Amino acid sequence: EVDLEERLRELDLRSDSDIPDVPPPTDSTPEILKRALSGLSARWKNWWIRGILTLAMISGFFLIIYMGSFMLMLLVLSIQVKCYHEIITIGYRVYHSYDLPWFRSLSWYFLLCVNYFFYGETVADYFATFVQRREQLQFLIRYHRFISFALYLTGFCMFVLSLVKKHYRLQFYMFAWTHVTLLITVTQSHLVIQNLFEGMIWFLVPISSVICNDITAYIFGFFFGRTPLIKLSPKKTWEGFIGGFFSTVVFGFISSYFLAQHQYFVCPVEYNSETNTFVTECEPSELFQMKKYSVPPLLQAVLGWETVNMYPFQMHSFALSTFASLIGPFGGFFASGFKRAFKIKDFADTIPGHGGIMDRFDCQYLMATFVHVYITSFIRGPNPSKLLKQLLILQPEQQLSVYKTLKSHLVEKGILQPSLRG
Amino acid sequence: LQESESENKLDGETASDSESKSEFGGSSTVPTSDDTPEVLNRALSNLSSRWKNWWVRGILTLAMITFFFIIIYLGPMVLMTIVMCVQIKCFHEIITIGYNVYHSYDLPWFRTLSWYFLLCVNYFFYGETVTDYFFTLVQREEPLRILSKYHRFISFALYLTGFCMFVLSLVKKHYRLQFYMFGWTHVTLLIVVTQSHLIIHNLFEGMIWFIVPISCVICNDIMAYMFGFFFGRTPLIKLSPKKTWEGFIGGFFSTVLFGLLLSYVMSGYRCFTCPVEFNNDTNSFTVDCEPSELFQLQEYNIPVVLQSVVGWKTVRMYPFQIHSIALSTFASLIGPFGGFFASGFKRAFKIKDFANTIPGHGGIMDRFDCQYLMATFVNVYIASFIRGPNPSKLIQQFLTLRPDQQLHIFNTLKAHLVDRGILGSLEDA
Repeated sequence: EVDLEERLRELDLRSDSDIPDVPPPTDSTPEILKRALSGLSARWKNWWIRGILTLAMISGFFLIIYMGSFMLMLLVLSIQVKCYHEIITIGYRVYHSYDLPWFRSLSWYFLLCVNYFFYGETVADYFATFVQRREQLQFLIRYHRFISFALYLTGFCMFVLSLVKKHYRLQFYMFAWTHVTLLITVTQSHLVIQNLFEGMIWFLVPISSVICNDITAYIFGFFFGRTPLIKLSPKKTWEGFIGGFFSTVVFGFISSYFLAQHQYFVCPVEYNSETNTFVTECEPSELFQMKKYSVPPLLQAVLGWETVNMYPFQMHSFALSTFASLIGPFGGFFASGFKRAFKIKDFADTIPGHGGIMDRFDCQYLMATFVHVYITSFIRGPNPSKLLKQLLILQPEQQLSVYKTLKSHLVEKGILQPSLRG
Repeated sequence: LQESESENKLDGETASDSESKSEFGGSSTVPTSDDTPEVLNRALSNLSSRWKNWWVRGILTLAMITFFFIIIYLGPMVLMTIVMCVQIKCFHEIITIGYNVYHSYDLPWFRTLSWYFLLCVNYFFYGETVTDYFFTLVQREEPLRILSKYHRFISFALYLTGFCMFVLSLVKKHYRLQFYMFGWTHVTLLIVVTQSHLIIHNLFEGMIWFIVPISCVICNDIMAYMFGFFFGRTPLIKLSPKKTWEGFIGGFFSTVLFGLLLSYVMSGYRCFTCPVEFNNDTNSFTVDCEPSELFQLQEYNIPVVLQSVVGWKTVRMYPFQIHSIALSTFASLIGPFGGFFASGFKRAFKIKDFANTIPGHGGIMDRFDCQYLMATFVNVYIASFIRGPNPSKLIQQFLTLRPDQQLHIFNTLKAHLVDRGILGSLEDA
C-alpha cells in the first residue's frame, strides 16, 4: 500500500511539475455590469453576476427557439465546436502540446471528418427531396460512407507520418484525447439534433429539465442543505438532490402540458422543398392528444379527482425528468472529477461567473443519448421515408420478393383488401 | 531527460522486426520471458541464437497458417468464436499495457469495470447482428423477442450502470490515473471491438470477404519482409527503420497477384461465396445459394497495352477478382500504416511487444496490427459498392410501422415496380 502510494506520488510529482499553473481566471465581466455592481461586496457581486448571466442565457435560449429549428441547429453546432475547443485546449495545456507538429490542424481536421460523416447521414434522410434534384449531391450521398472513411484515413495516415521521435508518447496521448473528446461531444450533439427533428418538444423538455434540476437542486441545497451527497462535489447535498428531483418532475409535467398544445413544438421538423424552409405542421400524433386517465385510488384521496385529462406525453416527461434528476448529475460528477484530476477550476472562461460552455453542458450529455435511445425504443418506429429509399435501391428480384411478403402481411392484417381479380 | 535517453537507444530497432535482440535498452515496462515450448528449444539447441530465432518464427508462422485453414474448414460458427477470442485477448493485452504504464493494477474496481465495459459493448454489437441474422429464431422465443425489441435501451442502461460505477469509484488521490484508464479503456474498445464486429459482418457476407482480405495482409507482411531481406536498400519511414521501399513495392505487386490468384480459386466454391445464413429448421449455419453475378465467369477485353505483354485478347475472370485488386491494393498501401501506428505506440510506451503469447512473434496484437484498417475498409467497401440494404431487415422494420405508413410505402413500392415493368400489371400482383 505504501509502495503504491509512493509510486503514485512520484508519477504525480513528475507530471505535476510540468504542468503550468492554471492561469488566474481572466475577468471577462462586461464593464457595464462592473460599474453597476461596484457598490456591493465581492460575494453578492458574484451572486448577481451569476444571476444576470443565467437570465441572459435563458432569454437567449427563448429567442433562438422563437427563430426556429434551423437556428437551433446552428446553435447546437456552435456549442459543439466550442466544447470541443475547450477540451482540446485543456489537453494541450496538460501535455504542453501546443507546439506538437501538425497537431492542431489534425484535431480540427478530425472534428470536420466526424461532423461530415454524421451530418451526411442525417441530411440524406431529412433532405431527401432536395438531394434527389442535384446530381453531385446524389453521388456524395450514395458513396457517403466510403468518402467519410477515406477522409478519416487521410487524417490517420497524416498522424502516423507526423510522429516525431521525441514526442511519440505525447502525440499518442493527444490522439486518444482527441478521439475521446469527439466521441463525447460530437455524437451527443448529433443525437440532440436527431431529437430536435423528432419534434422541438423532445429537444426543449429534456434540456429544460436538466437546467431546472440544476437550479432547484442549488436552491434547495442553499436553504435546506445539510447531508453531503458525494465526496466528489462537497457542495451537493441530499436535500438538494431530492428537492431537485421532485421540482423537476413537477416542472416537466407542467411544461409538457403547455408545449404539447402547439403544433410548432409537437410536429416533426420537415424540410419543404418548394419553400426551401423548415416546416413544423402536421396532424398531432396520439401522444399529443388529451386523454382521460383514471387516478389511482391512493392519489384520489389526496387530489380529490377521479379522472384527469392529460397528454400521454406527460407520462413520458415523467421518465425524462426522472432521468434528468437522478442520472444526469452523474455527468456533472464526472466533469467535476475531470476538473479535479487535471487541476482546473473551470473548463474555460467564456461565460462570466459560470466558466466555460462545458461547465454548463456537463449534465446534458447523458440526457441527449437517453432521450434518443428512449425515442427509438419506445416512441417512434423506423423512419418511413428512409425505409422507402432503401427499398428502392434493392435489386428488382429482391424488390419483388419484398413486395410479395409485404402484400401477404397487409392482407393478413386486414389493412389491404385482397384483390378480387387474379 | 530520462525519456529522451531511452528514445536514443531505440534507434535502429523495430519491435516487430527485431530478430536477435534479446536485451532491450531503456526502461522496459514488460519483461520478456521465453515462451518457446521445450520441444522446440531442444530441437534447435545446436543452432546459433540468430538462426534459432528465425526457425522459431518460421515454425510458428506455419503453425498459425495451418490453424487458420483448420478453422476455415470447421465453418462459420467456429470462425466467429475465434474472432471473439482474438478480440478478448487483444483487449486484455492493451489494457495490461495501460496498467503497466500507469501502475494502475491496484486502482479500486478498475479491472472489473474494464471487463464490464467490454461485456456491454460486445452485448450491444452482438445484439444488433444477432437480431438481423437470426431474425426468425428470435421472433419465436418470447424472452429473446423482448430483449431484441428494447435492445438499445437495455444496452444503454447497462453502459450507464458502468459509467455511474466509475463515477462512484473515483478516489481522491487517484483521479487522474482513473480518468486515464477510463480513456484508455474506451479507445481500446473503439479500436478492438468495433473492428472485430466488422470482421464478423464481412464474414456473414460470404467467407471469401473474410479470407481474401486477411490473407492479403498476411501475404503483404511476408512478401514485403522477403523482398526487403533480399533487395532492401532504401529506408521507408523513420518509425520502422527495417522497412524499405523495395520491400514495400515488391510486397504490393506480389500481394495483388496473390489476391487475383486466391480469388480465382475461391470463387469457384459455393461454401466461400455464399452469404452465411442461419437455417431455422436444422438450427445450423448453411452456405448454399445461387452464386451472385460477382462469382460468375465473364469475358473481359484486355486493354491494348497489356495485349502485347500477355498475348491474349480476352480473358475469363470473375468480377470479384477486380474487387480483389482494390482489396489487395489497400492491404499493401494503407494497411502498413496500421503497422506503423502500432510501432509508434510501442516506442511511445517503451515496450518491445504487446505481450508474449506467441513465441517469436510477440502478442496477438502484434500479428493483427495491420488488420484493423483492413476490416473497416472491407466493410465500408461492401456497404458502398457491393450489396445494398438487407431485405429481411427492411421487412422487419416495415412490420413495426403504423398501418397507414405501411400502406403508403406499399403503394409507392407497387407504383415503382409497375413503372419499371417488374410487376406485369396491376392484376398480376
